[in-house]
Amino acid sequence: MSVAPVAAPAVAPTPLVTEGKGPRGRGFTLGSLPLHLALVLLTVIWVVPTLGLLVSSFRPGFLTARTGWWTALAPPFQFTLQNYRDVLDSYNLLGSFINSLTIAIPATVIPIAIAAFAAYAFAWMKFPARNILFLALIGLLAVPLQVTLIPVLQLFKSFGLNGTFLGVWLAHTGYGLPFSIYLLRNFFGALPSDLFESASIDGASPLTMFFRLVLPLSVPALASLAIFQFLWTWNDLLVALVYLGGDPSVAPMTVTIANLVNSLGQGYELLTAAAFLSMALPLIVFLALQRYFVRGMTAGAVKG
Amino acid sequence: MDVLRITFLLGAVIGVPAVLVAYIVGADLLIRLLPAKLQPAFRPWIWVGPSLILVGLFLVYPAVSTLWISLLSNDGHRFLGLGNYGTVLSDNSVLIAIRNNIYWLVLYTGLVLVFGLVLAVLADRVPYEGPVKSLIFMPMAISFVAAGVIWKFMYSYQPAIATQTGTLNAVVTSVFRQQPIAWLIDHRVNNLALIIAAAWIWTGFAMVITSAALKGIPGELLEAARVDGATEIQVFFRMIIPLLAPTLTVIGTTLVIFALKAFDIVYVMTNGNYDTDVMARRMYGELFNYGFRVGRASAIAVLLLIAVVPVLIFNLRRFQSQEAIR
Amino acid sequence: MGSSRLGRAFSVAVLVGLLAACGPGAGSSTSGGTHLHVIATWAADEQASFKAMVKPWEDQTGNKVDYEASRDLNALLTTRVQAGTPPDLAGLPGPGQMAEFAKAGKLVNLDNVVDMSAMNAQYGANWVKLGSVGGHLVGIFIKTSIKGLIYYDPKTLSSTGVDFSTPPKTYDELTADANKIQSATHKTPWCIGVESGAASGWPGTDWIKDFFLRQAGPAKYELWGAGQEPWNSPEMKTAWQSFGAVVNSSKLTYGGKNYVLSTNFGTAFDPMFQSPPGCYLHHQASFITSFFTHDFPNIKPVQDFGFFGFPDINAQYSGAQVVAGDLFGIFKDSPAARSLLKYLTTAQAQQIWVKRGGAVSPNKQVPLSAYPDALSKQSAQLLLAANPPEFDAGDLQTNALQTAFFAGVVSYIQNPGQLDSILNDLEKKRNGG
Repeated sequence: MSVAPVAAPAVAPTPLVTEGKGPRGRGFTLGSLPLHLALVLLTVIWVVPTLGLLVSSFRPGFLTARTGWWTALAPPFQFTLQNYRDVLDSYNLLGSFINSLTIAIPATVIPIAIAAFAAYAFAWMKFPARNILFLALIGLLAVPLQVTLIPVLQLFKSFGLNGTFLGVWLAHTGYGLPFSIYLLRNFFGALPSDLFESASIDGASPLTMFFRLVLPLSVPALASLAIFQFLWTWNDLLVALVYLGGDPSVAPMTVTIANLVNSLGQGYELLTAAAFLSMALPLIVFLALQRYFVRGMTAGAVKG
Repeated sequence: MDVLRITFLLGAVIGVPAVLVAYIVGADLLIRLLPAKLQPAFRPWIWVGPSLILVGLFLVYPAVSTLWISLLSNDGHRFLGLGNYGTVLSDNSVLIAIRNNIYWLVLYTGLVLVFGLVLAVLADRVPYEGPVKSLIFMPMAISFVAAGVIWKFMYSYQPAIATQTGTLNAVVTSVFRQQPIAWLIDHRVNNLALIIAAAWIWTGFAMVITSAALKGIPGELLEAARVDGATEIQVFFRMIIPLLAPTLTVIGTTLVIFALKAFDIVYVMTNGNYDTDVMARRMYGELFNYGFRVGRASAIAVLLLIAVVPVLIFNLRRFQSQEAIR
Repeated sequence: MGSSRLGRAFSVAVLVGLLAACGPGAGSSTSGGTHLHVIATWAADEQASFKAMVKPWEDQTGNKVDYEASRDLNALLTTRVQAGTPPDLAGLPGPGQMAEFAKAGKLVNLDNVVDMSAMNAQYGANWVKLGSVGGHLVGIFIKTSIKGLIYYDPKTLSSTGVDFSTPPKTYDELTADANKIQSATHKTPWCIGVESGAASGWPGTDWIKDFFLRQAGPAKYELWGAGQEPWNSPEMKTAWQSFGAVVNSSKLTYGGKNYVLSTNFGTAFDPMFQSPPGCYLHHQASFITSFFTHDFPNIKPVQDFGFFGFPDINAQYSGAQVVAGDLFGIFKDSPAARSLLKYLTTAQAQQIWVKRGGAVSPNKQVPLSAYPDALSKQSAQLLLAANPPEFDAGDLQTNALQTAFFAGVVSYIQNPGQLDSILNDLEKKRNGG
């Protein structure tokens, strides 16, 4: 395999150093000290704001406005679980958690699957206007969501999709497709072409190659896409508010959480606790999918 | 009620993937019924068809109607040609928004791309990669409203006579012994302050995707270079960067477009006051704050679409060179 | 891929299609009465109060209110109405936006829905007029608030030699008191904060309305509310400058412009209750007391905070008072919607929210005894005594002008020298620029 600069993320057909560990400077040596220092410093800087939010979520609301969050770390320790209690007590929290799952899971699966179909065609099939269509797709990333609301709502009205989960799935799919296709086409297109040639000689159909070759080899890309699409749909307020609105029994968590703050802005301290509660699931998804980000995994899949 | 909901959820979790697999398998089987010669002409449309239909309904159709509306008066009764564009572009506050979008384009894209790359590459080389990546990723998982709350804690301002409640001003006054800074109001720093808040959120995005690509680079390739005496700096610039270039282009393109569409952080934190307005916030204002001025709002949306064209041309060049090699 | 597997996949697909079609969705269902979709801006405790308010109606009629709250009410309502999927009823963002919806023919005429003679008897004439567009009633007020009250902490004031047990009669007296506080304590008398997210600036506009009403008089004020008063008139400029004399003075206002601009209205008063206090006076609408007790859970009305109405400036206009209120209208006509709207105008409905706190009823039949504490009773009395009660002139503007008014106050506080150009810009917007 030639190492052209554009061939990443390339897959070596020969066995690789598995599981990442080994001769790549993992572990502590004196020479790697600057590396560790830089990384730890950056991570600490990144964590400070989140830490502030976490500490604030355990403080009574009247204190968060008056004193800095770090003062809570010194005596007198005025911590409370009240914010969490209030959020957990809020109207229909469990129901809206189920609603959020009902929205986010299909709204993640559908665009990734459909985008994978399209990205495969864009990367490995020849058809007229292929590049133009693909560029137009990327360009559509720039369409501001707000201009689509009224035309789409009108469409939904005539198809009877207004206020249904199916409508929200389709909307999230439409909005998520340009980025998903773009990202997946990049990864699919970088797969070595000799793999396809040899599979084709063995008589594999495009369908077989898609399921047996393309998908297994692109697991890290699919995993990262799944993480983000899930996150975006999970945290979405606007699409849910506009297309699903009406019946409170279909409201997702984001809508329920937004209603913790009254029209004058009172109750915003509950948002700190709510943020950590609603963040838990996307983090679990991230941690669960992170194990697919391991070097050598792709090579192992080729054999399968 | 909850039983019904859970049943529906389970049905959706099982049923939706089943429908998707059934579609592609079924459609491809149908294609195989065609004469072998015709198959390559029809097959691609089976694969791209669902995407084109959905994107057509949710993005192309609204975009085209936006283009049309941008040529009409706000009440939709008169054809103005490019009149709305003239009005919008001659408004001084819009020009400030355009200037700010350029700040966003350069600083936000640059910060996210560089920090995402550096963090992905550094984390790849330590045994505690998982925890580091999880911590950097966390801000992505926080909703925008909560992120607004966080950064209000960070940037909060109290007069010098009072105790500071904002993290940054506490550092400024106690460590550096300076006057507190009104981060979101002082026009020398406020745009940067908003961009940093957004970059803090999105770095996890660049890091995760870069990391996914990085894992695809065969370790032995880099090892061979190191054995040949290449320094780490050389390996990074001569091997890793070129190998990651296509992925960095995807991330960069996406970030450039997100920078053009920057909305949430500005809306939540300053609402465009104090010279921090951006185009997407302005468009929102034209729609919902300044009396549903759809014509002008649409003109701004179209300007955003036009601004993406150079990025698209850059991408086109990349595909062409990529295909030339293949 | 075997065809039996394929067949199974297809049958699952059909099943899911059916599920998706029949699954839980929005819309009026048929379990009992009619479901009415209602949108308003009230969330959290306000949402609970509104639901308590409609509960007796639900119990009586068997209908159900599906209530949806949105803090971004105007965006949601505009989108829904434009797309042809409006709610049955909605709390309207303000009389200005109500007029815009009414002129576009989106609101149902209420002349024959409510009993107009009862309305006129129970509501002050101004409330009916304010809910009307082109001579037809399209919106009703279900609760109100009194604007421009001046709050103080009687305990800390005692050391300054200023006593508000008899409130200042004129603004000059108030200015003298403020100066007295300043010279006795060497602290700033006023605490002001105008940050409020997308609506930043509005607390400053309340000051300007108070000055304008009392300087230029109710007649001019009403012209202003009706969009017929130039923004760059000398009277308007005087009102802004009167506010500027307080807000731009580092001797009178706590923390300087950076504090005023970056501090949320909901915490701006904090220095007043700290010890030692950072300020002594706070200008805000009647709803602010719930923010006091949120930030300082131990303080009590009367004992720790009291208020008086904004004093007179020109004796000729004595008694005028700025008020605001929450409107309700029907977007989708139905017998159930009419029945609910009619119910919401009654004293029976409105005193439910009054009793729960945070509301002053526009319906005169709600007894003073319904108010939960001395200060809310004092607000209700102020509303009854107001002569005339003048509606918030900012809320009366079109949405566009109101937004520009908010932003104008923000830039005035930031750059007091640019007052003329700020007012000229507002005037240009009034003329459709």
